[in-house]
Amino acid sequence: MIDRLAPPSQRRAYGSGGINRVTSPWRANIVPYASILIGSLIPFWVMTDVMPLAPPIGFIIFLSWRLMRPGLLPLWVGVPLGAFDDLFSGQPFGSAILLWSITMIGIELVETRFPWRGFWQDWFTAGLIIIVYIFASMFTSGATITPYMIIATVPQLLIAVLIYPLFARMVAWLDRFRLSRSRRIG
Amino acid sequence: MAQPSSRRSGFSKKQQYSVFTGYLLATLGAVLGLALLALSLWQPAALQPLRGGANDVSATIGEAPATARAGGNNTWDTISAYWQAGSQNADLRREVEVARIRLAEAQAVEAENRRLKALLGLAEENVEPIVYSRLVGSSASSARRFAYLGVGTNAGVGIGMPVHSERGVIGRVLETSRASSRVLLLTDSESVLPVRRASDQTVAFAEGRGDGLLRIRLINLGLNPLEIGDVFVTSGAGGYYRPGVAVAVLSEITSDGGIAQLIAEPSATNYVVVEPVHETLAVEASGVRDGAALSDAGLGEGPVNTPEDASSDGSSGD
Repeated sequence: MIDRLAPPSQRRAYGSGGINRVTSPWRANIVPYASILIGSLIPFWVMTDVMPLAPPIGFIIFLSWRLMRPGLLPLWVGVPLGAFDDLFSGQPFGSAILLWSITMIGIELVETRFPWRGFWQDWFTAGLIIIVYIFASMFTSGATITPYMIIATVPQLLIAVLIYPLFARMVAWLDRFRLSRSRRIG
Repeated sequence: MAQPSSRRSGFSKKQQYSVFTGYLLATLGAVLGLALLALSLWQPAALQPLRGGANDVSATIGEAPATARAGGNNTWDTISAYWQAGSQNADLRREVEVARIRLAEAQAVEAENRRLKALLGLAEENVEPIVYSRLVGSSASSARRFAYLGVGTNAGVGIGMPVHSERGVIGRVLETSRASSRVLLLTDSESVLPVRRASDQTVAFAEGRGDGLLRIRLINLGLNPLEIGDVFVTSGAGGYYRPGVAVAVLSEITSDGGIAQLIAEPSATNYVVVEPVHETLAVEASGVRDGAALSDAGLGEGPVNTPEDASSDGSSGD
């Protein structure tokens, strides 16, 4: 993509709002992390007794941010965010720290080979990562794996993969909100 | 979208070092995660205070969704009841007739029980519940089946205490913190519960399969006496649960027992009761230490005694 040297001031991205408005640095830095942390909390309040049904929402939002804004989240961010997710997910502590860190490294390595991406490719990548993640966290959960358990995971897998575009849209909206010119200068 | 050119390191030494440091930190983070995971699988109690503190907060917030869930269940029940009001009315009328008869029979049995117990000099035992609470959360995205209670050690909840709803057994307290506690549900793949058939003394283990059903494994193998529709209740073996609480209904027969469905579904309950451990002595004797040492691995063996123990306890249960 070729950036213009001087974009016209009347039609700036992320809202006009006058020439004395700039992006608020607080908002720009907090929104991604806050959305991921809230996403980690949501499955805690869903009551499922029969089988795992709620998609790992924290992980999906984390993945959406990573795929949409490469370089926004630092490479080591899986440690703090994963630790928070572990507190509420019911998994043994350390499981999400490990898996989220591996996800970050894996995407980074693959992305340098395939720099150009589109919506369908992103969905495919995210779906693949989500499926691997759910199975990997089943193995790290300390449960005795039975064939029934794998069958019972299928609805959760489907929901998680199909819900990804929704979260990608939500993250895109949050990104516009994040960068909107809300801080008044002068 | 291609990645921004600023992320390519090129010939800049500073950029190259920062990329390298990023990879290094991420790898160290993954290794740290692996170490913590190994620690928490080996010693589940080691990192419990951390999680307990966090769950205290989220459980408090969870009271609101729990209330909403109860309301939602009621609304849905009301709507579906309207839909099938006519046929349901006739069915219910028939069932009430039968239930009245059974109730009279049960009263007779109860009276006889009281008389026999008086003859034997047994004291009438009344279980005082520790506390009433709501299930405020669950491990909805994990392969494990845990639920969270909005009460903890400050309400007297202790590790190993059984959790019941008005319909039957929900599970057992696995971890406690100040204002929340984690319950191992019966459907978890690590949960084993000694049960017996309600109609006779056929003893079995009810093991969670991880997909919402329980596997009933008979202790005395041989001819499988089970039939579809049999109700299983706790046998009281192991000492955690008091005998005679409903657990599951058999829905399928296999060679060594059967597959059963839960009677008390945690998501459909409004309030649950935490009861004290039934026989503290028996729990201590079975070798599971009371307190923090109750691990996931110990749960498999914890309440389970040898078959002889279970059958002898089962026969004196009722």
